[in-house]
Amino acid sequence: MSGETEYAYVVEGKMALPYQYFAGAVGSKFLIALRDEKRILGVRCPKCETTFVPPRQTCERCFSDLTSHWVDVGSSGEITGYTVINYKEPYQPKEPPYVLALIKLDGADTPFAHILNCADGAQPAIGMRVRAVFSKEPKDNILAISHFELEP
Amino acid sequence: MAKHRGAGGRVAICAVAQTKFERDKWQVRFQGMLWEVVEKVLRQTGLQFGAGGIEAAVTVSDDVFDARTISDGAITDVVGAHHQSEEKVAADGAQGVYYAAATILSNHHDIVLLAGHCKESQSASRNQITHLAFDPFYTRPVGLDYVAAAALQAQAYMARTGVTEAQLADVVVRSRKWARENPVAQETAAVTREQALAAPMLAAPIRQSFMYPVSDGAIAMILASEERAAELTDRPVWITGLGNCYDSFFLGERDLAGNFSLERAAKKAYEMAGVTHPTDAFEVVEIADQYAHQQPQYAEGLALCPARQGAKWLADGGPEKQHVNRSGGMLAGNPLILGGMARVAEAVIQLRGEAGSRQVPGAKRALAHGATGPAGQLQTVVVLEN
Ligand SMILES: [Zn+2]
Repeated sequence: MSGETEYAYVVEGKMALPYQYFAGAVGSKFLIALRDEKRILGVRCPKCETTFVPPRQTCERCFSDLTSHWVDVGSSGEITGYTVINYKEPYQPKEPPYVLALIKLDGADTPFAHILNCADGAQPAIGMRVRAVFSKEPKDNILAISHFELEP
Repeated sequence: MAKHRGAGGRVAICAVAQTKFERDKWQVRFQGMLWEVVEKVLRQTGLQFGAGGIEAAVTVSDDVFDARTISDGAITDVVGAHHQSEEKVAADGAQGVYYAAATILSNHHDIVLLAGHCKESQSASRNQITHLAFDPFYTRPVGLDYVAAAALQAQAYMARTGVTEAQLADVVVRSRKWARENPVAQETAAVTREQALAAPMLAAPIRQSFMYPVSDGAIAMILASEERAAELTDRPVWITGLGNCYDSFFLGERDLAGNFSLERAAKKAYEMAGVTHPTDAFEVVEIADQYAHQQPQYAEGLALCPARQGAKWLADGGPEKQHVNRSGGMLAGNPLILGGMARVAEAVIQLRGEAGSRQVPGAKRALAHGATGPAGQLQTVVVLEN
């Protein structure tokens, strides 16, 4: 063997760490309403006239405190962007291929990423109307919305 | 302690070394990979560690890519930081250039070693690492990672500008062509447009061929104050402009087809360097194109062509005319966090006239760009002159 690989030992390892993430007061209210009431909440910055979904405590644009500026947004909305995931990773929410879309809910100004289930043959497109399908099981994150589907 | 030199001081890059970038340097520890380049810049400058020599290091590495927290703790001996100063940048190495330059401009040190390393090959999946950049409540559960984020960016950009898949394939073809002239480039095998278009679709519209390959490598540089640069080299390359800007965290809150943060980063760097007409201000342009669509998109953000005109820029041969990515760019292979640092390295090599068959004759001013985070959230721009 050549000098470079005469002593070359590779050790197998793995990083895994059970962890608890605190969602924060604002995030907790959003996630609990989503899980228990199937309500989707946003926060509206009165100065920027922008409704953020998911919500946050402070407006990133003008730094206003948004804690008490809750608004209900719709569970339907439109596609503002999309991709079709074709590669497989263990953290993915479903078996590829699947559509990952940016969805702007009615009453919200900021789209967020979620799974879009298209019926056989249907293709996503910008501007298409979609609606949330809520999870039958209680979920403690955004997957309390199981996925979105095209409105008929 | 460095002497006070005031706001008019300049910073020079006095030495640069890169490993060859490779898919899997399994037989080299990342410390050994880094020492290969640190040793080279020490030899180039005649510097030693310690008082009067290198008294400070800025390092570039990533905890998750190295699978150990405080990743710089594993390389302090390699960069001579035992018993003296070291600071780490856990972002693209162009940010390391920024930090090292700021260290000198703020009179903390006259000479700084900048050293970055990454072995992307050591993880089972680069996607599993970039997935961890997302929050656990809203974006991780739906499976986001940097490929998915780049795909959403590419879809938005191509829809707005009309850049076609065939044009992206041509970006890859050209990257390989120039990479063959770069001794440290990884992906040098010629590829045709047809071959690039036949590569598997990972996340529409991003094909395997449109994405930078998994890569291992290291880069080192010596940065110095104007007072000390002449001792270290007769070909200093001056950093004349620096700028960076962060965009929003959530993808839905950004204009994914635009260049909010890059435009601002470029404006800062251009103002500092006195660049008023970026389209013809640079003989050398190096763009961190992790994905093929980012080359025209970021060319717009860098004002190398008008906004939304990326398709025309490609059709008119903009990359060739403006000498973009003669190194092969990131598509030819650099680890994620060294993408911008390798762009700065190529700019220095070009401005020193050491680029061999890919040399831009008489290059005086270069533009180097780096990006960090999903879909280019943090953008860094560096202007260099000889
Ligand atoms: Zn606001």
